[in-house]
Amino acid sequence: MEKKKWRPDVTIVLALVIFLFLATTPFYLSMFRVSLLGKYMCYAIVALGLDMIWGYTGILSLGHGVYFGLGAYCMAMYLKLEASGSSLPDFMTWSGVSELPLFWKPFGNPVFAMVMVIGVPVILAVIIGYLTFLNRIRGVYFSILSQAMAMILSVLLIGSQEYTGGSNGLTNFTTIFGKSLSSPSTKLALYYATLIALILIFCVCRFLISRRIGKIFIAIRDSENRVRFTGYNTAVYKVFVYGLSAAIAGIAGALYVSQVGIITPADVNITPSVEMIIWVAIGGKGTLAGPMLGALLVNGLKTAASENFPELWSYFLGFVFIFVILFMPGGLVSLRELPGRIARKFSSKKAEEDELNDAFIADR
Amino acid sequence: MRKWKWVNRLAAAGMAGILALSLAGCSGGALSEVSGESQGQTAAENAGTSGTETSGSAEEGDTIKVGILHSLSGTMAISETSVRDAEILAIEEINAAGGVLGKQIEYVVEDGASDNATFTEKATKLLESDQVATVFGCWTSASRKAVIPVFESHNGLLWYPVQYEGMESSKNVMYIGAAPNQQIVPAVEYLAENYGPKIFLVGSDYVFPRTANSIIKAQAEAMGYEIVGEEYTPMGHTDYTTIINKIQAAQPNFVFNTLNGDSNVAFFKQLSDAGLTADDVMTCSVSIAEEEIAGIGASYLEGHLVSWNYYQTTDTPENEKFVAAYKAKYGEDRVTDDPIEAGYDAVYLWAAAVEKAGTTDVDAVREAAAGISFAAPEGTITIDGDNQHVYKTVRIGEINGDGLIDEIWATDEPVKPDPYLSGYDWAAGLSGQES
Amino acid sequence: METFIMQIFNGISVSSIYLLASLGLAITFGLMGVINMAHGEFIMIGAYTAYVVQNLFRAYLPAGVFDAYVFVAIVASFFTAALFGAVLERLMICRLYGRTEDSLLVTWGVSLVLQQLARSIFGAPNVGVDSPSFLAGNLRITSTLALPYKRIFILFIALICLGGVYALMYKSRQGRNIRAVMQNRNMAASLGVNTRRIDSVTFAMGSGLAGLAGCTLTWIGPIGPTLGTNYIVDTFMTVVVGGAGSILGTVLGSGFIGIGGTAFEFFTNASVGKVLIFACIILLLQFRPKGIFAVRNRALED
Repeated sequence: MEKKKWRPDVTIVLALVIFLFLATTPFYLSMFRVSLLGKYMCYAIVALGLDMIWGYTGILSLGHGVYFGLGAYCMAMYLKLEASGSSLPDFMTWSGVSELPLFWKPFGNPVFAMVMVIGVPVILAVIIGYLTFLNRIRGVYFSILSQAMAMILSVLLIGSQEYTGGSNGLTNFTTIFGKSLSSPSTKLALYYATLIALILIFCVCRFLISRRIGKIFIAIRDSENRVRFTGYNTAVYKVFVYGLSAAIAGIAGALYVSQVGIITPADVNITPSVEMIIWVAIGGKGTLAGPMLGALLVNGLKTAASENFPELWSYFLGFVFIFVILFMPGGLVSLRELPGRIARKFSSKKAEEDELNDAFIADR
Repeated sequence: MRKWKWVNRLAAAGMAGILALSLAGCSGGALSEVSGESQGQTAAENAGTSGTETSGSAEEGDTIKVGILHSLSGTMAISETSVRDAEILAIEEINAAGGVLGKQIEYVVEDGASDNATFTEKATKLLESDQVATVFGCWTSASRKAVIPVFESHNGLLWYPVQYEGMESSKNVMYIGAAPNQQIVPAVEYLAENYGPKIFLVGSDYVFPRTANSIIKAQAEAMGYEIVGEEYTPMGHTDYTTIINKIQAAQPNFVFNTLNGDSNVAFFKQLSDAGLTADDVMTCSVSIAEEEIAGIGASYLEGHLVSWNYYQTTDTPENEKFVAAYKAKYGEDRVTDDPIEAGYDAVYLWAAAVEKAGTTDVDAVREAAAGISFAAPEGTITIDGDNQHVYKTVRIGEINGDGLIDEIWATDEPVKPDPYLSGYDWAAGLSGQES
Repeated sequence: METFIMQIFNGISVSSIYLLASLGLAITFGLMGVINMAHGEFIMIGAYTAYVVQNLFRAYLPAGVFDAYVFVAIVASFFTAALFGAVLERLMICRLYGRTEDSLLVTWGVSLVLQQLARSIFGAPNVGVDSPSFLAGNLRITSTLALPYKRIFILFIALICLGGVYALMYKSRQGRNIRAVMQNRNMAASLGVNTRRIDSVTFAMGSGLAGLAGCTLTWIGPIGPTLGTNYIVDTFMTVVVGGAGSILGTVLGSGFIGIGGTAFEFFTNASVGKVLIFACIILLLQFRPKGIFAVRNRALED
């Protein structure tokens, strides 16, 4: 029992350190860096949701940019309407639309927009989830299908320029809830709002994982058929967790667009969707804290590399991905096993115990 | 307990990692900015962390710092790297001639990575951390739209070197490329007069082609031309046989082509495979310049028309010098084209405006820029103070077998920029702003 | 009527291109279970090989034999891509059998590196490849109906490759070994099959086919560092629709996407056509979750 106890604690400590770090950055980092971290935090939120479906339930979605994008677009529609006031959004004018389309109108209301930020991704996810999971499309087939979805949505968004702003996306916002988006205090408020969202979502995920439902997720990941034979309707659980991760991605998208100030169809497409998976993999799937760390580190690295060696960063990132996944299948979080292994080399007495320990981890 | 030790160690390592990454180039804390304290007080602490990232104002010391923001990776790198090269060439020429205000120009290059959110991030970085005097950059409309809010909130100045769809004039942008009335509108008019009034529109599915085509449609309606087809393809589309089939069925007098990048290669190769030369189906392109011709293959394009403000063959003494300098620096096999030349001009125009203003302050430079002229490779260009666009000569060219473009028609004098097409009655419904 | 016939030919021609581009994937993904996101980059390697071969011919051989570069390029692009594939397999993929999802992520990293490598070597702009003069014309059937020789040539290459792969997989000892290893690695090994060698050879072959596809694509499309990204989703879709592990499925999948896609595009437009064809695929998978030709096996768990 004792051993079981300490292991999850590692990730909790890591999570606490991350939260503490994020909460204190505004005291010593410039606004620009803080805003960047705010953006990475949104990515960390998506990573949490992805970890729930991939790390815990074993569903690899390569199209989560869809839900992130839908959340972001819902929020952006509200911001755009607020920015353009009584007149039409600028892109509609030059696309030849003379009247605000019907589905845009309710988005002038911030409460409606915020509900939709979660509602639209969840509804789509539940529909897609039911279709696919009930028909037992799984494994790579689901992954590739989700990839196609990302492509479809981005093509649709680009194609209906008069309603979505086309490839330019939605941008040029001025205020949020009446406060100027460019003022440092609003930026800081958004930053802390994002942090609170991150912490809350972390707690919700943590809570679910520690309950019975979390055990079922893990059981589905490890052997779906056995779970079915035990009498569980796995499809319902999968739809639930898929919808949950879509809601999380939607929230992340809304926070993202408020801070970054732009959402384009390119952010919905396949490449960003696969990048999301990479954050989870590098951080360590199935740990919650790992994916957060992954999202923050990979994006920090990306920014640092592209600022300092603009032409080399693709090499750099590519090699980091390859190295981590090849040699650290458990992601960065699996580094926690390293000291144990080193210690084992020196003390043969401890060896057996640690061997057991490692076997337990590997069996997970 | 032993285990806890390395838990902490791991945590510390993780934290140190994030810290190290984000500390690079930081100045005072964000909280201090909220309370209105001055920035840059910790600059001394960070001096030496990175050569390009010291903070402080752009004019400090013996150099003036400017930013260059183009995609050096991703799909747009194809076009944008050459514009960056031209901008660096201009900066080095100016430096060799003594610099601006007696100071050398120092440039910071950032990679927009063909991603709009990255463009906003890097624009913010250039303006906030590097505190550059001005920025030369962007190519796609989407990237320009993405950074405009950043430039407006920081009161920065962006010099944008590419032709675009118009309907815009931000006081924080200097538009050095052509407005629609300096490229698209005269080209359609020229082709309709010389080849016939039936037009087929082909474009990539993004904002420039769609807006350009809505302009052409309004123009066609007013002038009595006929649009016999309009097709858009997603970025990265590689099969054009179906569209070519539709073109053959529609029998247009000419095809107005606003395809972008890779798509042009597939389109023209497949057009020529279908046995259609310029004699069978004439096309006029506004996104194919000398640089793109090399990638498509001149043999596929021979005889087709393009519309720009500058060609490598443009006959001016300034151009002879420019082409020679560009080739000497980057290689004999490199070619110059319109956006490359516009990027080069942008640097000179900025330098001239700074000299006139006597400072790099954005408001002063903007004011000084109105009416500034520069003897550019394309001929003399002048900044129009009203809309911060440039007077440019319109040139229709024919692609020849060597991959260069021969001018076949040009306006007598530089055309006044008209981004909202307010000089055309038929365009009243398009701009929405000035009707 | 002629437009209609032309459209059918276009559909078949596009199908043949998809078939060529996804045959290699049918082997690496379908048979080996490796999700090779760098498949598109092997196509790119083949295309650049053709470019290099063309330049070598132009520089060192008389103009009279220039057209022969095509045949050298086809062979060279196959072997260059196969060599890259073998190296990749030995260095990375061999550690990833059974770790399908990880193979996806690693090869995604590989594709980033290869794209940047191409950019460093050949520069960011597209490069041009001249197609040989004997492929320049077209087969005129009526005054307006003309079938380009290039398209016909590519169709033939695709058919030859298909025949080759089929013969190798189902008619040769090597193919039997490959299928044995893919079905039950341990059993095959214990029966004396050198699984390490089989893995390398199979992966190299899949990569080589991608390279060959890249060589043919130089005649009809752009050649640049991001060439592969244009094809990656379509090729995966092709294999999935047909049913991973079935060569016949891949043929059907490419026919479905090629002919269906061009038909949708003809009646609507390119964007809507793309959306419609993908929607059809999603719908189809509802009924056949493992593709048209699902390979049955007795294992319940994936």
